[in-house]
Amino acid sequence: MIEIQNLTKHYGEIKAIEDVTFSVSKGEILGFLGPNGAGKTTTMNIITGYMPSTSGTVTVDGYDIMENPREVKKRIGYLPELPPLYLDMTVKDFLDFCARLKEVDKKVWKSQRDDIMELVKITHVQHRLIRNLSKGYRQRVGLAQALVGAPEVLILDEPTVGLDPKQIIEIRKLIKALGKNHTIILSSHILPEVSAVCERVVIINKGRIVAVDTPENLSKNLADFTKFRITIAGPEKKVRELIQQVYGVKYLEVQGAGKEDEFSYIVEADKEVDVRKPIFHKLAQAGYPILELRSLGLSLEEIFLQLTTEEKNEEREVN
Amino acid sequence: MFAIWKREVQAYFYQPIAYILIGFFFLISSIYFIFGTVASYYAQLNNLLSSIVFILTFICPILTMRILTEDRKNGTEVLLVTSPVDVYQIVLGKFLASFTVFMVMFASSFIYLAIIYILGGKPEIPRLIGGYIAFLLIGACYVAIGVFASSLTENQIVAAIISFAILLLINIIDPIASFIGGFPAKVLDMFSLLSRYEALNSGIFDITSIIYYLSFTAVFLFLTTRVIDKRRWSQG
Repeated sequence: MIEIQNLTKHYGEIKAIEDVTFSVSKGEILGFLGPNGAGKTTTMNIITGYMPSTSGTVTVDGYDIMENPREVKKRIGYLPELPPLYLDMTVKDFLDFCARLKEVDKKVWKSQRDDIMELVKITHVQHRLIRNLSKGYRQRVGLAQALVGAPEVLILDEPTVGLDPKQIIEIRKLIKALGKNHTIILSSHILPEVSAVCERVVIINKGRIVAVDTPENLSKNLADFTKFRITIAGPEKKVRELIQQVYGVKYLEVQGAGKEDEFSYIVEADKEVDVRKPIFHKLAQAGYPILELRSLGLSLEEIFLQLTTEEKNEEREVN
Repeated sequence: MFAIWKREVQAYFYQPIAYILIGFFFLISSIYFIFGTVASYYAQLNNLLSSIVFILTFICPILTMRILTEDRKNGTEVLLVTSPVDVYQIVLGKFLASFTVFMVMFASSFIYLAIIYILGGKPEIPRLIGGYIAFLLIGACYVAIGVFASSLTENQIVAAIISFAILLLINIIDPIASFIGGFPAKVLDMFSLLSRYEALNSGIFDITSIIYYLSFTAVFLFLTTRVIDKRRWSQG
């Protein structure tokens, strides 16, 4: 549905994004993740045709944004970070305006308007001035604006920023529901949001893509060690010694004890070696039973940090 | 384009700005009308029109100062540009909205015509039509300059000051040109809106002046689209 090829944008000397390539298939929800200033908004502004790229191409449904901007713009609903709202209009007037601007057929719009307002739950505020709405409602009106004309693609830039936790959950639910019949690119710097909503994640840092995968695969492949939590009944000091003796164990951390003689340990070990069996045997011989053994994947947060800091190291080497 | 025009005209009348400007215009022109026309038993309105062209220098910058600045500040520029409309349609829609308010303001002067008839005066109609056309044409130029100025900044006040400065310069360009003389004077004359105004206002149907005003307006609107495009290329 969306193909992005070698997209580059320079502002004079500054490289905002560099050689960004990824694609989004129909009906997918793609998370676009990166720290602030990584180039997320720039990329989205280029996809939606708000600003042109320095080089590289964007095609939506086969249409190139530079050659056929109208056709692309018809297919995209965009919610920028700052929702584009005319504060001096009522919600209903504003949506009517958007429909005319996007050349939605009048008859189609009549039925669509009520559906959209119902979907984002703004029907009861439709006659109020946008100026008088709270941040959460303004965000919804912004989302409604993106939905006008039923575009196939939705591009949402930080849609939950500045909302309270309850509103965030509602907006996320809404985005998930919209994902059933829209292709969505969603940017965020909040990791749980992306793992909660998106099927695939693009991680961008300093204008470059550092990873593209599902949240699960990212956590599997990126770790160069395995990590698990073991709960063992036995004296802490003794047990720690025993575990540390096992070949492959790189790191050990004792976590809070549940009961007097029960301790939890976080163990990190080489990826190539399965340390679980030797640990089991050692502890069994010593007579300290394992009560729980659970492997821990990397959380998205850790992946994110790892990727974005690794990048820094690479740069240092280059320099 | 029509959608943008309609929204902007509504926005003008949602806010006090249109009423204040029209009221101000009507007040000043009434003073001119009472003392310059009625009190001197003069049944022509052309003098009145050429007198009040001067106050457009104050009115037009205020009329147009928010027309494009507001969109940049609110982020609605993104909405307009990412909608399936071209930049020139955005600019034209905005210009026509400002010009619509200008025409409403202008229409208030028809009252004077009615009063002249009631008082038994018989104005020369062809000359008056020439005066009205000239007034609308020069108004279109002033509004286009204002629209252009508002594309340069996201601050309304700055936009108003820029267009006020340009208009003031245009007001004094004739004396400057005659002072300098030679080739620079010819260049400056290209920007002299007022010298062409007098001929039209006195009832001479001068097609080159009409084309001049229309192209002047078009050039400034074109420059406005260039400014918007340029910013899209260079800014974040």
